Amino acid sequence: MADKRNEIWVFGDYRNYFQNRVTLQLLARANAIAPAIDGLVCAVVLGHDVGEYVWEYGAHGADRIYVTDHPDLKTYSGDLYTHLMVKLAEEKRPEIILIGATDFGREFGPRVAKRLETGLTADCVGLEINRDGLLVQTAPGFGGNLLAEIVTPKARPQMATVRPGIFQEIPHDDDRKAEVIEIPLPPDIPRDRVRLLRCEYRPGRDQCLEDARVVICGGRGMGSKSKFKKLFELARLLNGEVGATRPVIYSRWADHEALVGQAGRQVKPRLLFSFGISGAIQHTAAVTDAEFIIAVNKNPHATMMKMADVAIAADANQVCTALIKELKRRLKSS
Amino acid sequence: MDKIELIVCIKQVPLVSELPWDPKTKTLRREMAEGMMDPAAKHALEAALQIRKVMEEKAVAGKKKIRITVITMGPPMSEEVLREALAMGADSGVLLTDPRMAGADTLITSKILGAAIKKVRPDFDLVFCGSAASDSETGQVGPQLAEELDVPAAAYVERLDIENGHIRIQRLCDNFLETLEMDLPALVTIPPRTFFPRHVPLGGLQQSFEGGDVRTLLAADIALSPDLYAAKASPTKIVNVFSPTAEKENIRLRGAAKKVVEELFRRFEDRIGGAAGKDLKISDLKIPE
Ligand SMILES: Cc1cc2nc3c(=O)[nH]c(=O)nc-3n(C[C@H](O)[C@H](O)[C@H](O)COP(=O)(O)OP(=O)(O)OC[C@H]3O[C@@H](n4cnc5c(N)ncnc54)[C@H](O)[C@@H]3O)c2cc1C
Ligand SMILES: Nc1ncnc2c1ncn2[C@@H]1O[C@H](COP(=O)(O)O)[C@@H](O)[C@H]1O
Repeated sequence: MADKRNEIWVFGDYRNYFQNRVTLQLLARANAIAPAIDGLVCAVVLGHDVGEYVWEYGAHGADRIYVTDHPDLKTYSGDLYTHLMVKLAEEKRPEIILIGATDFGREFGPRVAKRLETGLTADCVGLEINRDGLLVQTAPGFGGNLLAEIVTPKARPQMATVRPGIFQEIPHDDDRKAEVIEIPLPPDIPRDRVRLLRCEYRPGRDQCLEDARVVICGGRGMGSKSKFKKLFELARLLNGEVGATRPVIYSRWADHEALVGQAGRQVKPRLLFSFGISGAIQHTAAVTDAEFIIAVNKNPHATMMKMADVAIAADANQVCTALIKELKRRLKSS
Repeated sequence: MDKIELIVCIKQVPLVSELPWDPKTKTLRREMAEGMMDPAAKHALEAALQIRKVMEEKAVAGKKKIRITVITMGPPMSEEVLREALAMGADSGVLLTDPRMAGADTLITSKILGAAIKKVRPDFDLVFCGSAASDSETGQVGPQLAEELDVPAAAYVERLDIENGHIRIQRLCDNFLETLEMDLPALVTIPPRTFFPRHVPLGGLQQSFEGGDVRTLLAADIALSPDLYAAKASPTKIVNVFSPTAEKENIRLRGAAKKVVEELFRRFEDRIGGAAGKDLKISDLKIPE
């Protein structure tokens, strides 16, 4: 190795580049923790015609980039990527490997960790270096109701998949230049055991709910379809989006698109209103990233009320109506 | 192929709607939690049951024997999920329970499940796992078990057909709808989205608790190396657990709707307005009280 600095690797996950900035976010985080362990931030890019990503990762904070660029890597392949990543890691012995918690990353990361016989923490929402120089990985469990801090004291590399949207990318800077190291495709790569027959791009189910800064969720406690409709008016006044629990979808008060929960969408608004929702784990699993929660439920002991920042014990429909009225008054006054 | 072996890995998870979180000791009182079948694993079992039905209908009557074996690793009470799986239609269950298995992280869990499968069903065709369990939510055991068994794998499978020694799959992965094919034996993970589990018939449940083919295996029975202690062998260590919700202030408001809304705005108009990107301050109107 050219120098003895501890390499922090970030897997270059460039598919869906414009929606998925997680690789850039990880490069930023790697830069932030690097000084504590005399770290060198490296990106690993596998694929074909990936020059522009190599350039981009350099401009976003990678000091060194390992690239394997080959026509056989034209499409993402769990089998081949695992093989290549493991081989490279066995040779270069990075201290840390960070992988974006995309669907691909969450399937690929575990396989790499298994072959390297090391630990992997899933879907992290925090990464720090502790006094012993270990990577402290904060991971949610129980639908975000608990957070665990996890370390890998002995095995190396320390590995984590990291949830998109947690860290802030470093702005693009063309003056930053990374050292680019080309790794030729090894001659002995195995046959891909999974045959990709068809692959259609499904340009996102729209991400309105996922990206909304204000989300208004309604549950069975709203009482009826016509009462539930008021949530849309409230959402309009607050520039928000409406979400719903499963009973609401079953009763057809809202479209399936609005389902928030394990079987539906994950939201992370700055402000979440929750009206008439009990707080079953299948629902709360998807809302625990909300920064501030205001819950309205006539049952003060409902789980949703316990996890709220502000818990209003009252009739959901009446509070909704009063909110709309008050908002209209205030918006007119300004 | 005149015989097909399907395996479903099922985890028992705490029924966490009432999370027995102890804020004093900052631990989850697992012994307090009632157990349930992990929802994703239940969907995985449903997928296995459905594919068995389809194959049985396709095959000339009686020619194919399709067997579903369910496996769980956990404390003795995990046996419940095996019984429930039998009631849903699985043929036999394997309970892996041993103090040496306690405290396994995903790497060691996949080794233990792999060792068990190699022992009890070395001729397996297809392994089903949930895409992610509802407690730890790692989603790592499936892919790592595929590595342990050295078979091809696909996660997040939404449709699958078995035909002549291979399996055809449809799945959604990062906005790509993929059609994949792989040879058997193989492993799939199933998200809790498409294979909605059937209800467990009460009578069946009772029957499966009374009879039902369930066997218990210890570490030694599956040829785990005698010096393997899961808690020690696991490369990851949990150093701290905390509850983000327990640290919230949890302000309580009650009373008539109009009153609480006024109070809400008095205390939080900045936060509400900030999130909405609107100025909600009352300028020329009198602020109530
Ligand atoms: C595998 C699986 C996946 C699932 N996936 C999801 C999912 O993705 N999303 C989801 O939401 N659910 C999901 N569920 C269902 C979930 O378990 C709950 O059943 C659901 O979230 C409950 O919705 P709710 O809170 O609206 O209804 P309820 O549990 O019936 O609660 C209604 C609440 O409203 C309150 N209330 C009643 N009247 C009033 C009033 N006038 N004013 C104020 N409050 C009132 C009550 O006190 C109660 O707390 C799933 C279940 C399973 C098994
Ligand atoms: N202890 C276990 N026993 C049986 N299956 C398990 C166990 N742990 C995990 N699994 C399987 O792996 C899936 C994903 O679990 P996890 O990786 O913990 O999120 C589960 O849905 C199960 O199918």
